[in-house]
Amino acid sequence: MSDLSEELTRPGSDGDQVETCVVSGAGMHFPWLRKHLDSVAAGGKKKKDFAQTTGACLSLAQEALLQQQWPRAAEFMYSYLQTLEDSDSSQRQAAPEIIWKLGSEILFYHPKSNVETFSAFADQMKNIGVLNYLKISLQHALYLIHHGMLEDANRTLSQAETWRYGEKSSSQEILINLVQAYKGLLEYYSWSKKKMELSQLDKDDYAYNTEARNILSHSWKTSVHFSALIKTPGVWDPFVKSYVEMLEFYGDQDGARKVLTNYAYDEKFPSNPNAHIYLYNFLKRAKAPRSELLSVLKILYQIVPSHKLMLEFHLLLRKSEKEEHRKLGLEVLFSLLDFAGCTKSVTAWRCLASYLRQTLMANHLGWVQEEWESRRNWWPTFHFSYFWAKSDWKEDKDLAYEKAFVAGTLLGKGCKYFRYILKQDHQDLRKKIKQMKKSVRRYSIVKPAVD
Amino acid sequence: MELEEAKELKERCSLCAAVSWGLTDEGKYYCTSCHNVTERSKEVINTDIIPNTKIKSISRGLKRRSKLEKGWDWYVCEGFQHILYQQAEALKTLGVAPELKDEVLHNFWKRYLQKSKQAYCASPAYTSRRKAEVLDGNVPHSDRASGPELLSDTDWASSCLESGAESQSDAPVTKPLAAPRAPHSEAASVCSGSLDGVEYSERKEKGVVKMTVPGTLALCYLSLLWQREAVTLSDLLRFVEEDHIPYIKAFQSFPEEMKLYGRDKGIFAIESWPDYEEIYKHTIEIATFLDLPRFPDITKDCFLHPNILCVKYLLEANLPDEMHGLTYQVTEMTGMGEVASLTFDPVAKAAKTVKYDVQAVALIVVVLKLLFLLDDNLEWSLSDLAEVNNEKNKTEKPWFSFRKWYCVMKKTLEEKKQEWEEARAKFMWKSEKPLYHSHIDKPVAYKRREVVVSLQKQFSALAGPTLTVAKKSPSSFQLSWAEGDPNRTCFHNHSLRGVLLEKGQALLTKNSLYWLSTQKFCRSYCKHVTTYEESNFSLSYQFLLNLFSFLLRIKPAFLHDEVSLIEKKLFKKKYNETKKNSRFRKGRR
Repeated sequence: MSDLSEELTRPGSDGDQVETCVVSGAGMHFPWLRKHLDSVAAGGKKKKDFAQTTGACLSLAQEALLQQQWPRAAEFMYSYLQTLEDSDSSQRQAAPEIIWKLGSEILFYHPKSNVETFSAFADQMKNIGVLNYLKISLQHALYLIHHGMLEDANRTLSQAETWRYGEKSSSQEILINLVQAYKGLLEYYSWSKKKMELSQLDKDDYAYNTEARNILSHSWKTSVHFSALIKTPGVWDPFVKSYVEMLEFYGDQDGARKVLTNYAYDEKFPSNPNAHIYLYNFLKRAKAPRSELLSVLKILYQIVPSHKLMLEFHLLLRKSEKEEHRKLGLEVLFSLLDFAGCTKSVTAWRCLASYLRQTLMANHLGWVQEEWESRRNWWPTFHFSYFWAKSDWKEDKDLAYEKAFVAGTLLGKGCKYFRYILKQDHQDLRKKIKQMKKSVRRYSIVKPAVD
Repeated sequence: MELEEAKELKERCSLCAAVSWGLTDEGKYYCTSCHNVTERSKEVINTDIIPNTKIKSISRGLKRRSKLEKGWDWYVCEGFQHILYQQAEALKTLGVAPELKDEVLHNFWKRYLQKSKQAYCASPAYTSRRKAEVLDGNVPHSDRASGPELLSDTDWASSCLESGAESQSDAPVTKPLAAPRAPHSEAASVCSGSLDGVEYSERKEKGVVKMTVPGTLALCYLSLLWQREAVTLSDLLRFVEEDHIPYIKAFQSFPEEMKLYGRDKGIFAIESWPDYEEIYKHTIEIATFLDLPRFPDITKDCFLHPNILCVKYLLEANLPDEMHGLTYQVTEMTGMGEVASLTFDPVAKAAKTVKYDVQAVALIVVVLKLLFLLDDNLEWSLSDLAEVNNEKNKTEKPWFSFRKWYCVMKKTLEEKKQEWEEARAKFMWKSEKPLYHSHIDKPVAYKRREVVVSLQKQFSALAGPTLTVAKKSPSSFQLSWAEGDPNRTCFHNHSLRGVLLEKGQALLTKNSLYWLSTQKFCRSYCKHVTTYEESNFSLSYQFLLNLFSFLLRIKPAFLHDEVSLIEKKLFKKKYNETKKNSRFRKGRR
C-alpha cells in the first residue's frame, strides 16, 4: 500500500460511530448538547476561518447540486478539495467520503463529463484512505453498468474482490460480499443471455453441448459469489431471484428451497414481502401441497393484505375443507377490497359476490356480519356511492353488476348503488339484473322492517 | 538523464566521430550518438551559487541531495522580518510613501527586536546580530560568529536580511554562550525548519510581546498611523482579505532555502483572517511594549480626522453630502475633533488608540438618528413627504428620501454580501508547497498535495468561467455611486430640506426626539462597554449597523458600542442627570 494510505490509518482514525446525541439517564434526548460538549472538549478554541469557509463552501456546493447547476457545483468542489489537506486530522479523514459523494454526483450529471473522467476520478479517490476502496469500487462499477460497460464493470469488481487490508478486512466484510454478489449478478446476466441463445439452438447441435458445458461452469462460479452475501441479513431480492433461477435450471430444487425458506423465514432478516412471494411462486412451480402454500400466503397476508396474490389465497382457502379456512377466505377478500388497489378488479368483486352468496347459503350469516361490522361506516362511501355507480357502469358493466350485487346484499335493496344499477337498462344484462334482484331480496343481510 | 547537448566541447567522438556531447550525472562528457562516456569532466565555472559549502560532487541534477538537507539555518524572527518586508513592499505598491518601509517600519522592527531580546539573553546569536538594512538584499554574510558551536553542518549564515551595517544595538552584547543551547537546538531542528521553532512556540515570557503573524499587521498599522497615511485599520484588513497584502500565505515567498516545517507551521501558517478587534488590541499592546512616544498629531487636515473620514464614508454609503455639515457639528460638540483626543499616545495612562474608522461611521449613524429618529416610524413618514415633494418639483434638487435610499442600499448590501461570502468560500488556504510536521511526514504531505492538484485539474475543466475570481484592483472604496444609472440612484446631491427646518439663521431638524442606544453603561471592570441585543432596537437601526459593520468588516455590536460612546459625550448632561437621580433616590433610603 502506498505511504499515503499508511499514514491515514494511524491511530485515531478508527471509524468509531460517535453518538450524534447525548441521551441522559431519564431517557431524554438532547441532540444539541453534543455540539457544546465538542466545543468544550476542543478547549474553547475559536473555530478557525478555514473550517468556517470550507463549511460554507460545502453548503454552497450542495445548494448548487440541488439546483442542478453543475458548473457552479464544480467550482465549489474545486475549492473544497483543500479539505484533503486539512490540519485537523478528523476533518481530513472525513473529507474523502464527502468529496466522493459530491464529486460523483457532479460527474454523473455534468454535460461535459464522460466515462473517462468519472473513472479517473474514481480511481484517484479509491486510493485515498483504505476504508473507501471497496465502497468507491462498487459505486464505480454500478456507474459503469449504468452506462452499459459490463466488461469494465466486471474488471473493476474483480479488482475489488481481491482487496484485503489486514484487520480492516473484517469490518468491510459486508462490502466484499456485496462486491462478489454484484459480480455474480453480472455473471448471471451473461448466463441468462447464453441460456436464451441456447434455447434457440437445436438440441442435437454440437454447439449446444459446448454451450451447455460453458454455462455449467459459469453457474458454479456464480453460486459461489452469491452464497456469501445471502447468508448475511439484508434485502437481496435481485440476487436471490437470480440465484434461485439458476439453481432451478440445474434441477437443484432442494438448494433453491433452502435458500428461499431461509430468506423468508430467518428471523435475522428484515421483514420482506418479496421473500414470501418468491417462496410461494417457487412452491407453486414445484407443485407443493396446499397446506404449505397456505402457510406461506398466510404470512404474506399478515404483511401485505392488499397484495394481488391474496386472490389466489382466497381461492385456495375456498377450496379447503376446514371451516376456519373458509372463514379466513371471507376475511381475506374483504381485507383485499379495503384497499384502493383492487376496487376496479372484476375478478375480486365477482369472487366476493359469489362467495357472499355461498356463505349466506351455508347459513354463516354471523361471519358476514362480523366482517361487515367494522366496515359498515365507510364502505358505502368508499365503494358504493352514487358517483361510483355512474362511473362504474360507464366503464365496465360487469364490474358494476358484481358490485351491485354485493351492495344490495350488504346494504339492502334501498342502497343507491343497487337502485341505480337496477334502473339501468342494458341488453345483455337485463336478465342477470333481474336475477340479481331476486337474489338480493333473498340473501340481503338487511331485512326490511316487517310492516 | 541530461539530454541537452554540452555545447562547449567541439571534439569528435573517438568511436563514431560525431560532434555532439552531453553531460552525465557525474559531470563527464558522453557522446550522444554512440553513448561513449569519456573521462573528461565539465569544469566548474561559476561558484557563486555554492559559497562556503564543501564541494562534494558536481551534480547537475538536484536529485542527489540528501533527504535530510536542512537548507539554511534561520530563526523565527527572521521569518517575521521577511513577512514584514513583503508587507511593506505591498503597501508601497498600494501607494504609501516609501519612508514607511525604509524608516518607520524598519525602526519599529529594530526596536521590537531590541526590546524582546533584552529579556532574552541566553542565545548568543540574536544579540550579536544587528538589524541593519533589512531590506537591502540577499547578500550573504557570515556575521554569525556563534554559528559553529551550534551546528556542525555549514557555517552558512542563513539570514536573508544581513548586510554590512554594524551592530549598534543599545543592548549590551552578551558573550556567546554555546553549551546549554547546542544540544537542544539539534533536537529542535528535527521538529521545525527554523532553529528555534519549537522553543519559540513554547516561550511564555511575561512582559515580552511575542511576535505573531497578526502582530506583523499591527506593526504595519502602527507605521501607517505614524505616517498618518490615508489607510485606516479596516482598509488594511480588507486589503489583506483581498490578498493585496501578504498574510495568510506570506511564508510562501520565503527563499527556497528557508525550510519551513513542524512547529513553524503553527507560527507562520495561520488559517484565519485578521479580526479588527484582535489587531486593534495587538496594536496597543505592541505600542506599549515598545515604549513609543506620542504619535504625530492628527490635525484637521489629516485623513484620519473625523471631518475628512466622515466624508469618505458618506460617499461610500451613498448619503447626501449635506450631512457632512451635521457630522462636523457633532464632532465639535463632543470634542472629538480635538487633537489631543485623536492622537495616539501609548505612554499615557489609558493607552487607547482611536478607532478612527469606527468612530467616523458611528458619527454618521448618530447624525442619521438625529435626522430621522429611526424608530421604524418617523423615517418612513418623512420619506413620504419627501417623495410627495419630489413628484411635484421635478426640476429642483430632490429631497432625500430614506425609503428610496433604503431600497437601493439593501439590494446593494445583499449583493455585496453574497459576493463576499462566495469569494470567502472559494478561498484557497493551502500553499503550493505543502507543509509537513517532520521529515517522516514529508512524502505523505507531498503525495497528498499531488492528489489534490490532480483532482483540482479535473474539476477546473468542468467548472464555469468564474472559477478563478479575478483579483480586484485595490481600492479604498468598496461601493461607488455615480449619476445617471436609474437602477442605482446616487443620493450624493440630494437635499436635506425635507428634514430640516429654518429658524432664523439656524437650521433645526424636524425631528426633535432622540433615543439613546445605551441607557446604562457597564462598570469599568467589564471588558465591554455595553451589550447589543438586536431585538431591542428598531429595524432601521439594525439595518444601519449591519450595513456599516459589513463595510468595515466588524461586528455590529462593536459599532453599537462606539455609537453609545458618542452619545454619552453628546448627551453628557442627560447621563449626569440620570446618574444624579438614581443616586438621589438611593440616598433617600
